[in-house]
Amino acid sequence: MSKNMIISGLVIFVIAVLSPFWAQAVFGDKHVVPKPELVGKAATAKKCVLDKYDMRANHMSLLDEWRDSVVRDADRRYDAVNGHSFGMSLSTGEDSCLGCHEDKAKFCDSCHVYTSVNPYCWECHTNPKEIE
Amino acid sequence: MKKSRRSFLKVASIAAIGLGAAPAMNFAASNSHGAAKAVKDKNEEALTAHRWGMVIDTNKLTDEIAEAMTEACHSAHNVPDFNHEVDEEKYPNTRPVNMKQEIKWIWPEKFHYAFPYKEDEFLAEKFHHLPIPVLCNHCKEAPCTQACPTQATFKRKDGIVLMDYHRCIGCRFCMAACPFGARSFNYRDPRPFIAETDPDFPTRSKGVVEKCNLCAERLAKGERPHCEEASEGAIVVGDLEDPESDIRHLLAEHYTIRRKQSYGTEPSVYYIV
Repeated sequence: MSKNMIISGLVIFVIAVLSPFWAQAVFGDKHVVPKPELVGKAATAKKCVLDKYDMRANHMSLLDEWRDSVVRDADRRYDAVNGHSFGMSLSTGEDSCLGCHEDKAKFCDSCHVYTSVNPYCWECHTNPKEIE
Repeated sequence: MKKSRRSFLKVASIAAIGLGAAPAMNFAASNSHGAAKAVKDKNEEALTAHRWGMVIDTNKLTDEIAEAMTEACHSAHNVPDFNHEVDEEKYPNTRPVNMKQEIKWIWPEKFHYAFPYKEDEFLAEKFHHLPIPVLCNHCKEAPCTQACPTQATFKRKDGIVLMDYHRCIGCRFCMAACPFGARSFNYRDPRPFIAETDPDFPTRSKGVVEKCNLCAERLAKGERPHCEEASEGAIVVGDLEDPESDIRHLLAEHYTIRRKQSYGTEPSVYYIV
């Protein structure tokens, strides 16, 4: 087999293997990564429970901790390190998650859909906005 | 370059000390400062007790009051009502209901079902018609919590037997263990059967067991349980271990009975008869 054949075969192989990367660059949406949008109170509050990056990475652990605290220990108030006090609740009360981040679709769902995670929070918990 | 064993060991040991120094310094630094920590606490207005209990005065009960209690509890806790007509647009193809699967937190029961061992031959006439409200007894020695393999149901420090719906795997051991039939299983998604969802309390999902929570979510806000508020004085909720509480005064003044006392579960719900 000639040297050229081997080289061209290798080139085709490498292109094929790397197809997900270049296909995304060429055909994909350029700005597909969604940014959680802060609307309503959250836009002006400026301070969440943890700082922005910690929230982004660890909100699920925080919610898990909150759940155990509320259900097991009956402790429902969270005085955060940054000096703010929150009600440990997903959707009930003004100082709960949805009390401040008013739009669930723009806040929770946009990222969850993009990363294709399906938390089952909303099978039981209700979005007060959806009920009305 | 030639290295003697001696010079190699010198350099290696200095390097080892250097490597160990950084973590040790960090450890010392973190100890001396102590990073700020978040604090989890109860709401200031929260009602607390050593052991929550309930006294139900059967002399004050009427059918209306018993109905009102059930209604207040069930609507506030999003308990599905299988008689509710399903919204076909929102929930298409809902299969027909089976009333044996209905879900109840507190409901009026006939005296001889509520107290099967107290059915005397010549029972006073009024007990044949009295609607006895029955609910979870929040037993001191709760058999359901011992049966639960995941600790989804457990006894809180203040005596309330609670459910952690997140943890429930739907095995229904607790239902078999409960001598009072106070627990209901969600054989189906309850949402189509909730007339008006109360945003202050979650619904449940298919596959979990539910029951009365003694309005733990209201006690946490300093409010009284729904059934007590709707009962027109027939129900008093309070601390069984505080000798000065209203509920203990009631118990001291009246003869009371409890359901299936002989089982030794020590129910916390007392009935004045």
